[in-house]
Amino acid sequence: MNDTTEQILVKYKNADRDSLIPILQEIQEVEGWLSEKMLTSVGRHLDMPVSKVYGVATFYNQFRFQPKGRFHIQVCRGTACHVLGSATVLEEIKKHLKIDVDETTKDGLFSLEIVACIGTCGLAPVININGNFHARVTTDSLRDIIESYRVQNNN
Amino acid sequence: MNITIDVNGTKMEAKKGETVLNVLNDNGIQVPTLCHIKSMFPTGSCRMCVVEDIISDKLITSCSAVAEDGMKILTHSPRVTEARKVIVELLLSNHPDDCLYCVRNGNCELQGLAEELCVTERRIQGRKNKLPIDNSSVSIMRDPEKCILCGRCVRVCEEVMGVACIDFSKRGSRTVVSTAFDKGMNTSSCVNCGQCIMVCPTGALTEQNHFTGIREALTDPSKTVVVQYAPAISVSIAEEFGMEPGIDIAGIMNAALRKIGFDYVFDTSFAADLTIMEESNELIKRINENRNLPLITSCCPAWVKYAEEFVPELLPNISTCKSPQQMAGAIIKSYFAKQKNISKEDIYSVSIMPCTAKKFEAQREEMTNKGISDVDAVLTTREFVKFVKLFGINMHEIESETADSPLGIRTTAGKIFGASGGVAEAAIRTAYYMLTGDELVQFKIPELRGFKGQKETRLKIGDLEIGVAVVNGLANAKKLLDEIKAGRDDIHFIEIMACPGGCVGGGGQPVNMDEKAVKERIKSLYRIDDTESIKVSHKNPDVIILYNEFLGKPLGKKSHELLHTGFKKREVII
Repeated sequence: MNDTTEQILVKYKNADRDSLIPILQEIQEVEGWLSEKMLTSVGRHLDMPVSKVYGVATFYNQFRFQPKGRFHIQVCRGTACHVLGSATVLEEIKKHLKIDVDETTKDGLFSLEIVACIGTCGLAPVININGNFHARVTTDSLRDIIESYRVQNNN
Repeated sequence: MNITIDVNGTKMEAKKGETVLNVLNDNGIQVPTLCHIKSMFPTGSCRMCVVEDIISDKLITSCSAVAEDGMKILTHSPRVTEARKVIVELLLSNHPDDCLYCVRNGNCELQGLAEELCVTERRIQGRKNKLPIDNSSVSIMRDPEKCILCGRCVRVCEEVMGVACIDFSKRGSRTVVSTAFDKGMNTSSCVNCGQCIMVCPTGALTEQNHFTGIREALTDPSKTVVVQYAPAISVSIAEEFGMEPGIDIAGIMNAALRKIGFDYVFDTSFAADLTIMEESNELIKRINENRNLPLITSCCPAWVKYAEEFVPELLPNISTCKSPQQMAGAIIKSYFAKQKNISKEDIYSVSIMPCTAKKFEAQREEMTNKGISDVDAVLTTREFVKFVKLFGINMHEIESETADSPLGIRTTAGKIFGASGGVAEAAIRTAYYMLTGDELVQFKIPELRGFKGQKETRLKIGDLEIGVAVVNGLANAKKLLDEIKAGRDDIHFIEIMACPGGCVGGGGQPVNMDEKAVKERIKSLYRIDDTESIKVSHKNPDVIILYNEFLGKPLGKKSHELLHTGFKKREVII
């Protein structure tokens, strides 16, 4: 078992299935995602079949099943961004990085997430990469933005 | 105190706490259901069973609504039938349109409801599900595109079997029933019992089909094709051919199998007698040595896989006997092959089983001899019925025949293997004789018979008093095994069958069966036990000859080589 998972489970010594979601949240908080191993350990700890743990975890959008990339891209799909073309932006990122939402590129560099409104409607359509906001994104500017992170990684 | 409800203008009596659906059914009114499983707690999720509650002016789910005094219900008003129809239309909107090619064509519940509710056109167009078929298990195939998410399989797997290898995952329109991490069934904790197939209303869950291999063998002149059928089969298929449910049609089956082209027809009940010879001796040995008690039966391959995954610490307690299917398979490819002077490579051995887990068992590595499987193909009861129809055999017009010797003669002890409690009863009959030298005065052990999930009794055999327990449904087994693990030591022998009622309620039986049908089959097996004369396995004349000519004695060297096996802890996703 993973050390972090074990440390967290120790805190939930006599817990039952009511604690499933808090435990999953805590593990993801530290690890950034939930692996098969981690979910299996949680199931054993709570005496729950892992199919049930997986069922609950996949029900909620907050849980990730792949590690985040070095650069985590959040695409805003709120109303204002939608009106100004965030659907196209999302499609372009998926096409460019060859990943789907909630996935990570094979080289581990980029991961992709949809978020609802992030409160910067004046900048729509907006994406957020590791806390940096990129405003009024277009399909052209998008390629440059992503490439700039690739360069940053190489340096 | 009884209460009264008004249904369609007629007064009906109801017990306090009873559901509306129950009251309706008891009074001859059928309301369609989908997610509902009788005897399980209602979920009310599919809404198919809605009825109109006049007082609240609402549609309520009759499966979960409790009858209240003075209630006024309409069961088939236009509002109700329209609501049900829309539910079916919505379910069909993303369903594959391949009914003609579906294994459940003709006995699909969704198809039945569409017909019942007069769905004759596609009013609602939905995006079809695009999901891959899970073909990874050797027993069970899952086609999630046909799944309507009623959840019955999920509940049976968890509540009856205690396995829970499947559950709902994701949500909304992306919801699917899946194993953990969407992996194949083969790496999950699935025990292949097939009870999920029994409750599936559509073709989303089916068994892996072995038709092709069998048909090839039947047309290959170099192959001798033999078939064996389990004790439960002959009392489980009469209704499929329009005969009285539960009657024993073994003779007709023998004739039909020969007409299909099988060269030799054997009765697995013979091998059940053989199992009893080995297992009762094993029980006596363990009691004498006071070792690895309680002895737990190994006939049920779903239970065996469950033990390998969930209770590996109890594997030393499980009998090392192979199941009757595998014993018959081993004897066919050794003793019988030698007797008929056929090389075992040229024998194609088929079994007909009320069970999907037998397909898994037949391909276990332990069940092969120098790379040759003891059993080559397994048909479920359902498949057998289709096979008979495929070969155009009219079961009403053929004369009964007897099975072939040497694996065709059985006692009633071997036959009652098909019902929960049958193995224990047969084993005790022979163990009693082995220990005392006398036959039991009363062969019946009523405490071990019947549909109940857990049965127990204490018996005196000479100076010895032993405790015997019988469980069916693996969730019931888990409860008993937890007691054993906690130190309970008054039980010497446990019979475990995964399916409710034993093999007669097996996961390979015709679908849409109810508890009544299972009870009829059980009755039929015990009727055979009442009416026939040889009731103990050790008096089976062919079993006696087999030991004299070939095996030597029970638990002997040859037996060990052919009839016994071992089980190992199995790593799966639990």
